[in-house]
Amino acid sequence: MISLTGLLGQLFAIALALMLAPLLTGWVNQCRAWLQNRSAPPLLQPYYMLHKLFHKDVVLAEGASSLFRAAPFIVFGCMVLACAIIPSLSTDLPFAPAADALALVGVFGLARIFIALAAMDIGTAFGSLGGRREMLVGFLAEPALLMVIFTMAMIAQSTSLATIVETLAHREMIIYPSIAFAGIAFTFVSFAENARVPVDNPATHLELTMIHEAMILEYSGRHLALIEWAASLKLYAYSCLGLALFFPWGIAERDNFLAMSAALPLLFVKLTIGGMLLALLETINAKVRIFRVPEFLGTAFLLAVLGLLVRLLLETRV
Amino acid sequence: MSAAIPLHAQLINLFAAVILLLAFAMLAQRRVLQLINLFALQGLTLFLSTLVMAVKIDQMHLYYSAALTLTLKAVLLPWILHRLVRKLHVKNEVEPLINIPTTMLIGLGLVVIAFNVALPISQLSSTIARGTLGIALATVMLAFLMMITRRKAITQVVGFLAMENGLFLAATSATYGMPMVVELGIALDVLVGVIILGVFFFQIRDQFDSLDIHHMEKLKEH
Repeated sequence: MISLTGLLGQLFAIALALMLAPLLTGWVNQCRAWLQNRSAPPLLQPYYMLHKLFHKDVVLAEGASSLFRAAPFIVFGCMVLACAIIPSLSTDLPFAPAADALALVGVFGLARIFIALAAMDIGTAFGSLGGRREMLVGFLAEPALLMVIFTMAMIAQSTSLATIVETLAHREMIIYPSIAFAGIAFTFVSFAENARVPVDNPATHLELTMIHEAMILEYSGRHLALIEWAASLKLYAYSCLGLALFFPWGIAERDNFLAMSAALPLLFVKLTIGGMLLALLETINAKVRIFRVPEFLGTAFLLAVLGLLVRLLLETRV
Repeated sequence: MSAAIPLHAQLINLFAAVILLLAFAMLAQRRVLQLINLFALQGLTLFLSTLVMAVKIDQMHLYYSAALTLTLKAVLLPWILHRLVRKLHVKNEVEPLINIPTTMLIGLGLVVIAFNVALPISQLSSTIARGTLGIALATVMLAFLMMITRRKAITQVVGFLAMENGLFLAATSATYGMPMVVELGIALDVLVGVIILGVFFFQIRDQFDSLDIHHMEKLKEH
């Protein structure tokens, strides 16, 4: 049954995701600027960007089909759904039974397909190039992400994210080597999926290297705003997923308002630290050539499978 | 369930997992000096795992072999290898025969095989670390793979030494280590082997102006 508090909590989590996601992006950009000895943009810069873009007129490319116009809304919707089913504050999410961790990967996949199709729809060289590269990265990153999720699902005996988080948060302090493997693999995957430095540079418009930016070159106005917002939401969703899987302590249980209000500042602290670490890792790494990306993601897949195997060998007693 | 695993077994499992990870890192490494550093790190992890086991079952000979591992595999051998690399002016690039992602996938297959083979054997064993036998076997096989897929003599020697690491892990995890005499013998063997191979490197280089062992396939008596 859907309780009123559950529903309220769910709505609050979605609103929080929508509000907090640009802030997280701004925070990461600020940390990056500090670490690279540049003067940082204001923390609220992503909000200004969104505000500006929402007030601009949309310019559509000649020959753009309805797919091109619909894609930003679909991508944005997918990311909101993803944020809704990842337990960030509480595991009592009425939407959560609608989709387990595997469906979550599917939601990300759906968004990816639409943004790549929209990029190819215009027929510019850059769009097709970006779309193709995005699908390359996606098809390498998805199996690795699935393997990470399988490892966690084997520990919790369930693919439901809420159950996984509850199991992991309540276990005794046991060192699981498999979780360490899965954690490293997940970090690799989230760098690739969020167009971060070893794979793609979110700040570049250098034509030969960009992936994500190449796909959205033709977007303008509110469409671009939605896509930028969706990109922030994706980063937020991945951060929350990582926190939920590997640092689940403090996420509230069912029907518990007190714990939820305690979970909020904790989430803030976790995201702040996570954003700093992300900026640090981005700064100390160099962007790899596009042909090295399969190797990077192959390593992620390898680590995830090793985690699964180590789990089978070391941590289950037959 | 896993909740029953005591702390020392957890630590041993963790170290074994790290050793496996390092074996893969060595397989993926493109630089010779980094490769030697990874080997030293593997030796250090092996020492820690042996030490935990020694503390747990409190047997003197395990302390000895832990100390032997530390001095030999984490300090002495890497130092010798570093010196060799510097003296031979080896180019700091490893040249694999198969490209690295394929090697990694083959390695993954080997790990699956090793785990499957080791499972029935480790059930016969009664030590606290029997679970790590599969990892030890996998490390041996990964080191084999490294020896097969590398072109240069020096990386093959590192592969050989990594294989010995795997064997040592297998011995400690299945039977709490080999008798002291055997262990000392192996340690000396490895040490002498590396020194002789070091001399051998100089000979190979003088003869062929390269450490690529493919030149040795064309050896003929005149």
